[in-house]
Amino acid sequence: MNSHEPLLRIQNLDITFKPKAHAVRSLNLEIDKSQIHGLVGESGSGKSVTSTAVIGLLPEPPAKINSGQIIFKGRDILKLKQEEKRKLRGREIAMVFQEPSKYLNPSLKIGEQIREGLSLHLGMARKPALERAFELLSMVGLGESRRVLDSFPHELSGGMKQRAMIAMGIACNPSLLIADEPTTALDVTLQLQILELIYDLQNRLKMSILFISHDLNVVKQIADRVSVIYAGKIVESADKKAIFKNPLQPYTQLLLLSIPDPEKRGKPLKAIPGTVPDAEFIPSGCAFHTRCPYSKKICAEEMPLLKEYKTGHFAACHLLDGNTG
Amino acid sequence: MHLMMFIAKRFARLILTILLISTIIFFVIRIIPGDPAAVIAGIDATDADVAAIRAKIGTDKPIAVQYASWLKDIATFDFGNSMITGQSVTKQILRRFPITLTLATLGIILGMLIAIPIGVLSAVKRWSLIDYFGMFLSQLGMAIPSFWLGIILLLLFAVKIHLFPLFGIGSIKNFILPALSLGFARAAIILRLTRASMVEELSKEYIITARAKGLTERLVKYKHALKNALIPVVTVSGIQFGYMLGGAIIIEQVFSLPGLGRLFLTGIYQRDFTLIQGGVVFVALIFSLINFLVDILYSLLNPKIRIS
Repeated sequence: MNSHEPLLRIQNLDITFKPKAHAVRSLNLEIDKSQIHGLVGESGSGKSVTSTAVIGLLPEPPAKINSGQIIFKGRDILKLKQEEKRKLRGREIAMVFQEPSKYLNPSLKIGEQIREGLSLHLGMARKPALERAFELLSMVGLGESRRVLDSFPHELSGGMKQRAMIAMGIACNPSLLIADEPTTALDVTLQLQILELIYDLQNRLKMSILFISHDLNVVKQIADRVSVIYAGKIVESADKKAIFKNPLQPYTQLLLLSIPDPEKRGKPLKAIPGTVPDAEFIPSGCAFHTRCPYSKKICAEEMPLLKEYKTGHFAACHLLDGNTG
Repeated sequence: MHLMMFIAKRFARLILTILLISTIIFFVIRIIPGDPAAVIAGIDATDADVAAIRAKIGTDKPIAVQYASWLKDIATFDFGNSMITGQSVTKQILRRFPITLTLATLGIILGMLIAIPIGVLSAVKRWSLIDYFGMFLSQLGMAIPSFWLGIILLLLFAVKIHLFPLFGIGSIKNFILPALSLGFARAAIILRLTRASMVEELSKEYIITARAKGLTERLVKYKHALKNALIPVVTVSGIQFGYMLGGAIIIEQVFSLPGLGRLFLTGIYQRDFTLIQGGVVFVALIFSLINFLVDILYSLLNPKIRIS
């Protein structure tokens, strides 16, 4: 493994759901060590399918991985045996979900839900594991008393539940934390707190985070690098600054225009016309050409490739190649 | 603590339920036409005889006084004496109750032992051989009347093969076949519920979390899912148990078990009003008590219920 080898490299990942929904189409994505990588896309764009494949929980069938590799620390996750994948989950790759009230077990105490991962992966005995669980809860801001440890999920507020969920995620000190819309179900003030928490934890623990969101504003606050996904394909990937200052791909540009901006108060928000194509009916060529205001003939005919246009700035668009016909 | 508060509330509700039931029974009995004193005295009795009996059993007093003494009797667990034999109804009931209790306990245990493992496995391995077997078994359990199953079991395992005794109450062996015939129908219901509940829990989001944590499938299914899946199963099994404690008239008849069911049946045949009335109150008491216990058990399993 050379020094430039990223922690996670997804190459040409292609996933269909039977009978013919094309959820992920030759997707490429790299996450460096200690990087917060924002993956942005509308609902149904393949964000969650991708992350589910990374953590090795894609149900096959109905899903079918047609091609591609998911290289994590030099090993292709797609080639691992079930048991090897299981040992990776929670230990090396952990996940935090959108709605903590649904994703926490209602009849197990918070302490127990954190403890079991520690015991399983690190072989810790019950008592020290519970001690460690308390430490973890302190790290996420729930350490003022041991009450949370002995609480059931319904006894906690939404924000506390999400904190507990994050404590569960970081329990075994994973190299990669997948945060699947971790703030979407929370109200705005809580959103900010949780974002700050994730940011601080990343600083302390130096793990990489794949931060999945449909909300560019949220990603703008936390990510180092941003990838934009459309109809199962990455259409642009660059450092956060480059994406927000100088987006290359029309979809990204339009997405940025649709963010509410306090400086443009009073003016109508720009929405992108049309909707994300159904995974069963993805347009030919560039999937975005049906909604793209700059669409040319070639856009309907050929699929644009993800190319590096500036250092570290990738995009997939025919217009960038000077195609005007 | 939450739990103590919860138990106190449920206990208050239990007392209220019993009071309500006793009141209803008291008035229903008074509304029914006919004078119990006349029934006791028989057709040849004179008016003076009937009046004497009335004074003896207290039906000559004002209704309010009768009601007060009725409540006092229930509170002291005194259901009066049988009109036919003159024996204490309470004593008669308590003598028969252990038999019914054994039968019901064994019945519900056998039912749960059959139903829960098969139900859980059916849910875990859906549309597999075990699942089809489970469905077949529960169809059978619902379709077969328990008295018929009782007779068949008797013929097979007591008459043809002398594995179990034909009648008697001397040992636990006497109770296996009747409990099985009684429990099989319960098993059918519990099996379906267990399967449905487990299937539902396995599709919940927290199962994804459990898997994402890297837990083994065994822990995911038999710790995370099962713990939640059993909550409704326990409730329904408890209620089924409550029903069974009221006595199983037909099964007791088939297996000649002198349980509550047969006692009450005799009471009905002989128009033994005090016995019937005591029996109804007793069954209601037991049923309320079982419900109370099930509620507590339910809250222990499902902490969420305590706050609502």
